[in-house]
Amino acid sequence: MRSIFRDIYNNIFEFVQTFGAFQLFFLRLVRHAPRMLVRRPGLIIKQVYNAGALSLVIIMVCGFFVGGVLALQGYANLARFNAEDSVGTVVALALIKELGPVITALLFAGRAGTALSSEIGLMKATDQLSAMEMMAVNPVRRVLVPRFVGGVISMPLLVAVFTCIGLFGANVVAVYLLSVDVGAFWQQMQLSVDIKDIQEGVFKSIVFGIVASLLAVWEGYNTIPTAEGVGRATTRTVVITAIAVLILDFMITAVML
Amino acid sequence: MQQTRSVEIGTGLFALLGMSALFFLTTQTTGGDRFSADDTYEVEAWFDNVGSLKSRAPVAMSGVTIGRVTSVTFDAQRLQAKVVFEIDSKYGAIPDDSDASILTSGLLGSQYIGLQAGGSEDNLEDGSEIFFVQDAIVLENLIGKFLVSSGSGDDE
Repeated sequence: MRSIFRDIYNNIFEFVQTFGAFQLFFLRLVRHAPRMLVRRPGLIIKQVYNAGALSLVIIMVCGFFVGGVLALQGYANLARFNAEDSVGTVVALALIKELGPVITALLFAGRAGTALSSEIGLMKATDQLSAMEMMAVNPVRRVLVPRFVGGVISMPLLVAVFTCIGLFGANVVAVYLLSVDVGAFWQQMQLSVDIKDIQEGVFKSIVFGIVASLLAVWEGYNTIPTAEGVGRATTRTVVITAIAVLILDFMITAVML
Repeated sequence: MQQTRSVEIGTGLFALLGMSALFFLTTQTTGGDRFSADDTYEVEAWFDNVGSLKSRAPVAMSGVTIGRVTSVTFDAQRLQAKVVFEIDSKYGAIPDDSDASILTSGLLGSQYIGLQAGGSEDNLEDGSEIFFVQDAIVLENLIGKFLVSSGSGDDE
């Protein structure tokens, strides 16, 4: 009986400790970030390319079909109230405020986050990080910061692309497939979408960008340096990012509404 | 060298694409009835009931947006709602006995202020008040009145 309590106590203690270490890690990255941006922009550009430009294909394909399915569902349900013209409003608000940031963050975790954490994990497993330290190169600054900053920069851009392609997909489905009037589609959207909605979406995308990149880098850096450890770190990146993004999304929406 | 160049070009294209997407979102999906004028003058009107009129709602004359509501507040002294709206200075020659009514665009659309020109020689200017107003039509009150009147009609 006592051992159960001790286990629980130890678990909570460990959780709090990990959480604290995570925050300190974040602060460490943030502290090094401005200097790296000025001194080694090449490294960051390379990571923006890896995390952002290479994710474009999956983002665009998914965005198109998410927009399309929203238009289909929205049309089917709005048609009951003879409000088919509002399908533009429904799709735009859903994409801009919720689905754009959230789905992009999940795709980002799957496409770029896993790549980051397995790359860093493998570097650790093959002692590359230790080798850097031996050469008096700070691995946090040289390896982790560019990847973190690259992810943070990429995310809002990816969200914007996803949302635009989603609107385009919805436009294609609604106008050509369901023959909603194209003028009504865009006018209804413009009447009800406010600049505040877009600000909310951009804010979310920045937060999710920070969270997703940070978790990927963190998991990679704390990999158990074995083949199994790298695999586990990659899995944990996706799982924890998905949970964190969805919980944060709820909290941000609750605060901002 | 060749590889870093292609990486840089790819990153640049990605950043441009992302920013143009953001630009598209902010300009093309928002503000269909956006009203912007450099020079405006403010006019106020008092209503017993403004319905669901909100600030930034359009002010229209003959169906054309000529201004926008800047504030809707309740005045505890007069026990009325005070609506302040600005009108583009281009439209300076609006008679000061024009009347303002709160209308609804479409059956269930958003509400806006419609101005109807009067016949006065003097024009509205900054800070003037519109005296002839018509409140928002509240659907429940309308139905209530209809029921009452049809009920009394049966009795007679």
